[in-house]
Amino acid sequence: MSDSKIITNAPAPEGFQGEGFFAGKLSDVVGMARANSLWPLPFATSCCGIEFMATMASHYDVARFGSERMSFSPRQADMLLVMGTIAKKMAPILRQVYEQMAEPRWVISVGACACSGGIFDTYSVLQGIDKIIPVDVYVPGCPPRPEQILDGIMRLQDLVRSESVRRRSSPEYTELLASYNIK
Amino acid sequence: MSDLLLPPELRYADIIEKRKNEDGSELSILNLGPTHPATHGIFQNILLMDGERIVEGEGTVGYIHRAFEKIAENRPFYQITPLTDRMNYCSSPINNMGWWMTLEKALNIEVPKRAQYLRVIVMELARIADHIICNSVLGVDTGALTGFLYVFQYREKIYEIYEEICGARLTTNMGRIGGFERDWSPLAFEKLNTLLEEFPPIWQEFENLLARNRIFMDRTIDVGPISAEKAISYGFTGPNLRAAGVDYDVRVMQPYSSYEDFEFDIPVGKSGDTYDRFCVRNAEVWESLKIIKQALAKLPEGPYHADVPDYYLPPKDEVYHNMEALIYHFKIVMGEVPVPVTEVYHPVEGGNGELGFYLVTNGSRTAYRLHFRRPCFIYYQAFNEMVKGQMLSDAIATLSSLNVIAGELDA
Amino acid sequence: MALETATIQRSLHDHFESAVSDFQQIHDILTFEVDADQITKVMTFLRDDATLRFNFLTTLCGMHFPDADPSRQFSVVYHMHNWVDNVRIRIKCFLPAENPTIDTVSNIFLSANWQERETYDFFGIIFKGHPQLKRILNMDEMVSFPMRKEFPLEDGGRTDKDDRFFGRTTDNR
Repeated sequence: MSDSKIITNAPAPEGFQGEGFFAGKLSDVVGMARANSLWPLPFATSCCGIEFMATMASHYDVARFGSERMSFSPRQADMLLVMGTIAKKMAPILRQVYEQMAEPRWVISVGACACSGGIFDTYSVLQGIDKIIPVDVYVPGCPPRPEQILDGIMRLQDLVRSESVRRRSSPEYTELLASYNIK
Repeated sequence: MSDLLLPPELRYADIIEKRKNEDGSELSILNLGPTHPATHGIFQNILLMDGERIVEGEGTVGYIHRAFEKIAENRPFYQITPLTDRMNYCSSPINNMGWWMTLEKALNIEVPKRAQYLRVIVMELARIADHIICNSVLGVDTGALTGFLYVFQYREKIYEIYEEICGARLTTNMGRIGGFERDWSPLAFEKLNTLLEEFPPIWQEFENLLARNRIFMDRTIDVGPISAEKAISYGFTGPNLRAAGVDYDVRVMQPYSSYEDFEFDIPVGKSGDTYDRFCVRNAEVWESLKIIKQALAKLPEGPYHADVPDYYLPPKDEVYHNMEALIYHFKIVMGEVPVPVTEVYHPVEGGNGELGFYLVTNGSRTAYRLHFRRPCFIYYQAFNEMVKGQMLSDAIATLSSLNVIAGELDA
Repeated sequence: MALETATIQRSLHDHFESAVSDFQQIHDILTFEVDADQITKVMTFLRDDATLRFNFLTTLCGMHFPDADPSRQFSVVYHMHNWVDNVRIRIKCFLPAENPTIDTVSNIFLSANWQERETYDFFGIIFKGHPQLKRILNMDEMVSFPMRKEFPLEDGGRTDKDDRFFGRTTDNR
């Protein structure tokens, strides 16, 4: 057994508490709930997928970050983890999967190939998934170590925790989706 | 038959209209993939189903085509190793060593014994890692999640050994022309010895969990069988062919890198079904452990790389002081190395079968043509024939047991 | 009794005379050339003959030689393996630049099916008699044959990389 202490008291969000009640902002509570239960859709295409399998396995264990249930159905997933090279043949399918996800949805692009095409600067590889879908967190590496993937998920958790509940209907977000031609 | 040039959905829609079953039911089309939890990698299968039974199917591949062969024509020889890593990425050292051996054959370089034995050790470790993934994920696909969690821990231990040798976990880019870039540290040997002590009981436990398990046997016996003649005609090699009863192994047929110095058996199955493939891979892990033990016991002292200053980078401290080292370093990095005009085909026994490299050089710093004989691509053609008439869940189990790695399928 | 290269050469010459030529031993593999229209007969003979017994088609790939004579610009290279005597051979068939066509061997060896589709996809070599000659690895809508030497590696339309920093000109030559 290791000597590290496991912290079981996560800090409470800002608020005012008294005997039997805690008053805080709705967005904080919603953010906390969302951040600690991000169900991923592992869109694993190549080598980064094997590092994700290592992340899912017992040594690195992504389940302790709330990603207990891998959802392979996009309609039931919160975050899309695109791991591996996306070829141009695969791009429409990735787009379809992203469009089927329900809001709120986040995208992490894991690995150099998903972020920018990686070492495959060729005619058949899409040079980065942000050409077709909006990406929230980029995790570089070829392949990234499981600790890096977990770091990416933790950065996403920070984003999720601090996101405003009105973001998905804001004009900036609508503009972002429109720039990708996503309805 | 120009009919077969149509996309399978349209062809099957035609068949569905024309054929009706006696009880009034119709056939249906099922799209399996490309993103599917049970397909390890992205390839699609469009299946014509009669209820739960598969009547016919057609596969579509190419969803991760990264044009490796085209890239290889534009890169100097030592920059092709990262590409070979990413073919069968579950056992990348085998691909790397295969490429270096191809180059050494083309350049007529003799590799010293110590480097050859070290290569054998790392290739067998990679084979163990590949079979760990294949068998544990076959367990996951039939519902047995526990095996995966326990044996994957040992894949982490193998990754630690790779890190000691070359610095990377998964896509190793290991080795150089003529040997290794550095000698293995004592810590690497320590970790290797620890693995050889701790892993066998765990693998025995994993085998006990699944090999005589009633549920697993019912799910995998007589599922996706293939006869030996069909398998040879379809170009099967590796564990899939050995499960069908043919004992063809490149390590024995055409020994490379001192495999002839080691004693090991070739496990062979009987009917080529999923259960046989599972058992053959299990047995191969035991054989690989045997080989590693023998190699460690007989490991000779000596140089860890061949004395080929034309191709092997000199040590950096010499480069700053010694004129010849400086010139060699410059020439190697710029690619001005002497390359004969020749063509060479060198196969190695990869995790999935005979991985061949057909290299045609024309004297320049890049290959003129490099063709990878990828076992996954060749034997995946037989998948639809193997699952004809079986249930859908059998198709999933068959697919899992074939160990189709998308990187090797499409390259 | 091992199968000698002289035996293979003599046997092929006896049966096919001038259709086979240019026998060379390159490293450890006997390499020879076969006329493109005789390939099915030669391959069936190699597989079925009692002494030759080349029972396995190891690999099949295409090659492009843009600088060669126009009647020999494409070639299909077959590697076969005899498992009983452990002998490998390499067969090359050269095809003209205009309309490169050759008979399919997928009825002799089932593994040639996808390998010929891949060769068609990359080079545009037509395999007569192939049951399903359509693209396999590239997108179905693609019109060009990417492994031909004139086709560039990089996608000309990509916007995020500056070719000057990669030592290339803007048209990827």
